[in-house]
Amino acid sequence: MSIGKAISKTVEQIDRLFDSYANPSLGLIDPEGIETLCSDVGVNHTDIRILMLAWKMNAEKQGYFSKDEWRTGLKALKADSLNKLKKALPALETQVMMPPNFQDFYAYAFRYCLTEEKQKCVDIETICELLNLVLGSQFHAQVNSMSEYLKFQSEYRMLNMDQWMNFYRFCHEISFPDLQNYDSNQAWPLILDGFVEWMREKQC
Amino acid sequence: MERKIIELDQGWAYMLKGITKLKRILEGLTEDPFSSEDYIFLYTTIYNMCTQKPPHDYSQQLYDMYREVFDEYIASMVLPSLKEKHDEFMLSELVQRWLNHKVMVRWQSRFFHYLDRYFVARRSLPALYEVGLTCFRDLVYQEVKANARDAVISLIDKEREGEQIDRALLKNVIDIFVAIGMGQMELYEQDFEVHMLQDSGAYYSRKASSWISDDSCPDYMLKAEECLKRERDRVSHYLHISSEQKLVEKVQHELLVVYEMQLLEKEYSGCRALLRDDKVEDLSRMYRLYHKIPKGLDPVSTIFKQHVTAEGMALVQQAEDVASSQTANGGVGMQELVLVRKIIELHDKYVAYVNDCFLNHSLFHKALKEAFEVFCNKAVSGSSSAELLATFCDNILKKGGSEKLSDEAIEETLEKVVKLLAYISDKDLFAEFYRKKLARRLLFDRSANEDHEKSILTKLKQQCGAQFTSKMEGMVTDLTLARENQNSFEEYLHNNTNVNPGLDLTVTVLTTGFWPSYKSCDLSLPQEMAAALLLFNNADRLSYSEMMTQLNLTHDDLVRLLHSLSCAKYKILNKEPNTKTILQTDNFEFNSKFTDRMRRIKVPLPPVDERKRVIEDVDKDRRYAIDAALVRIMKSRKVLGHQQLVMECVEQLGRMFKPDIKAIKKRMEDLITRDYLERDKDNQNIFKYLA
Repeated sequence: MSIGKAISKTVEQIDRLFDSYANPSLGLIDPEGIETLCSDVGVNHTDIRILMLAWKMNAEKQGYFSKDEWRTGLKALKADSLNKLKKALPALETQVMMPPNFQDFYAYAFRYCLTEEKQKCVDIETICELLNLVLGSQFHAQVNSMSEYLKFQSEYRMLNMDQWMNFYRFCHEISFPDLQNYDSNQAWPLILDGFVEWMREKQC
Repeated sequence: MERKIIELDQGWAYMLKGITKLKRILEGLTEDPFSSEDYIFLYTTIYNMCTQKPPHDYSQQLYDMYREVFDEYIASMVLPSLKEKHDEFMLSELVQRWLNHKVMVRWQSRFFHYLDRYFVARRSLPALYEVGLTCFRDLVYQEVKANARDAVISLIDKEREGEQIDRALLKNVIDIFVAIGMGQMELYEQDFEVHMLQDSGAYYSRKASSWISDDSCPDYMLKAEECLKRERDRVSHYLHISSEQKLVEKVQHELLVVYEMQLLEKEYSGCRALLRDDKVEDLSRMYRLYHKIPKGLDPVSTIFKQHVTAEGMALVQQAEDVASSQTANGGVGMQELVLVRKIIELHDKYVAYVNDCFLNHSLFHKALKEAFEVFCNKAVSGSSSAELLATFCDNILKKGGSEKLSDEAIEETLEKVVKLLAYISDKDLFAEFYRKKLARRLLFDRSANEDHEKSILTKLKQQCGAQFTSKMEGMVTDLTLARENQNSFEEYLHNNTNVNPGLDLTVTVLTTGFWPSYKSCDLSLPQEMAAALLLFNNADRLSYSEMMTQLNLTHDDLVRLLHSLSCAKYKILNKEPNTKTILQTDNFEFNSKFTDRMRRIKVPLPPVDERKRVIEDVDKDRRYAIDAALVRIMKSRKVLGHQQLVMECVEQLGRMFKPDIKAIKKRMEDLITRDYLERDKDNQNIFKYLA
């Protein structure tokens, strides 16, 4: 088989796979379709790997995959069948965990939650879940404490991208739980200043 | 005729005759003085011996023999006589020998002068005069310098102890130390000065250590001042001028620097005590003594600052104590006004100190400013200092205020109040309170004197800038115009009786924006009440929520309104249930049975907590001000680090208030969300302006 023919065969198979999950009236894979996909692939639909897949596809709307996005993702993963997709997931995970991919993925995770047009902030509860999902394995202690704090404080009911990104930086740069090198005179967002203050008070 | 050759021996024999004569004269032995012929003969002998043709040109030999004369004389006559004397007598002898030597050198170099003209110049050798002095230096000075110096120093110490000494002698000896350097001060400095300074240091160190424990601070300072005066006097009389600074510094060091803290902190007589007891003269002396010493005034100014701060804090505490023991009425009471008065007096007192005792030194201006900034920003029984000051002004400027002062006294007081404003960090808060009270004074004709009102605004404008007073000035202008209008209006009515409405009508036109917004007024029925009652034109009975919807007031406002209509003195509305508090589940009915004996009644709204309102307004303005400052700074700098941005923001706003760092951070976050700013990708601490 020539290369050209091989490629077009791959594209065909990818498209066919898309169609098997897509909602025909929408022309998109909708949340139901994604759930089906998940059970076929053998992961929970709240598993981080689905989010990673969405990232790979650069999916715009939460809960939906468009045909273009599907093609982008699966081509990149070199998967044209369900089996290959399954097998590609561990490698994807490894790839995402590497910096600078992870930072990009982390930002993507936040944007993915901005479901309304012109929405800039995400509510606290979603944030806590997302933090757990995305950073829970890497920074367990920080995520736990931060989630507790976020629920405790009442000043912020939503977080914006800037605050979200800075928490990632916080986990990387600040020694935990002693917080010795944290300086509130630097440009840390106020919410993190508050978090540190709250932690320090608890430790007394 | 050819000149006859003079042989060296022969010629030298002639010279020796003259030299011997010179020596005898110097020894004070009887001799006729030199005649001109004597001199010419000696000079010519040398001339001839130097201008003879070789091998009879004896310049070199004569040059050497010139020096040997001195060597010999010194060894045989001078040194022995010096060695047999001691102390003062040795010094006198030394001076005498020195004078003699100078004479000898002068005469002898005249005899041998021809050598200077050609031989010395051609061979670049030391001149005869110099040779002569060098002999004295090497043979006499080096021998006796140690003893001479010790003798001088011990005389100096004697004089310090109060004994009379021969100052002229000392001057002459010290002149030797100077002159022997032949233009350089090195010998004076190393052979005399350094030892003298060391001895002086030791002397004063001993004195200081005994005085510091026995004497009070003022007494010690008097002694120190006297010592310094005496040492300067010493220099002018017999030490070399170049020693003055070093000596003074040495004495200052031992007396004033070493023991500075012990001196200043003496419990009953030290700096703090002097301030407490208003010992102006002693403090002036302290200033004089320490102001020339590097960093000498720092501890003094620190103690001054602490003292003033403590005095100020005591006044504040006093006012707080009295105010809390009385029942609070929610406003500013008498005690707080008294406090402002007392703070003004405190300021006057210590400004005088800075001017008189401390001669306007910037260190003390700074200390005073910092002290006042501490206690002038303390609140008293819930009122901020900004509010106190505004109330104080109101009291002076309104009719029937508690202070009865003459015009000059008022002007003076207002001037001082404006000066105090400089110490208050929340200047914008003062402006708001002042504006509210000014409005009330103007609208209800409670202002005592328009000139004073204008005068204080001018002063505030000078101190804080035009923006600070622009609204207030607008208010005053409005009133002036309004009065003119009213007069014209009344005249018009008078001239046109057909248009006269038959009512007394006074109208005051106000420019929006200058004036604070009002809820309460002295009309017999406030606006919202009228609106509320009008609702009952269309319904007999309304619920709380219905009224809420129709009137579009806040809960706070509506509750107050309904309370005064249904729970106060005049029950214009009946409330169901008939309790004293307004709940959102209540219902209201028009009270058709309402009557009263009086035709006109006042149903006042309970006053809003004005203070809270003012603070809220000011906080809101501050948020805008911080935003504006941040944008302004970033627009011009484009890229800036976080700390620097905060710093510049604080500086820009400092004229009006001290911004809270947290507030600045919050505004920055808001600006990031609104896409005015973004963080730099590589350094999260740096911000970039997004056009």
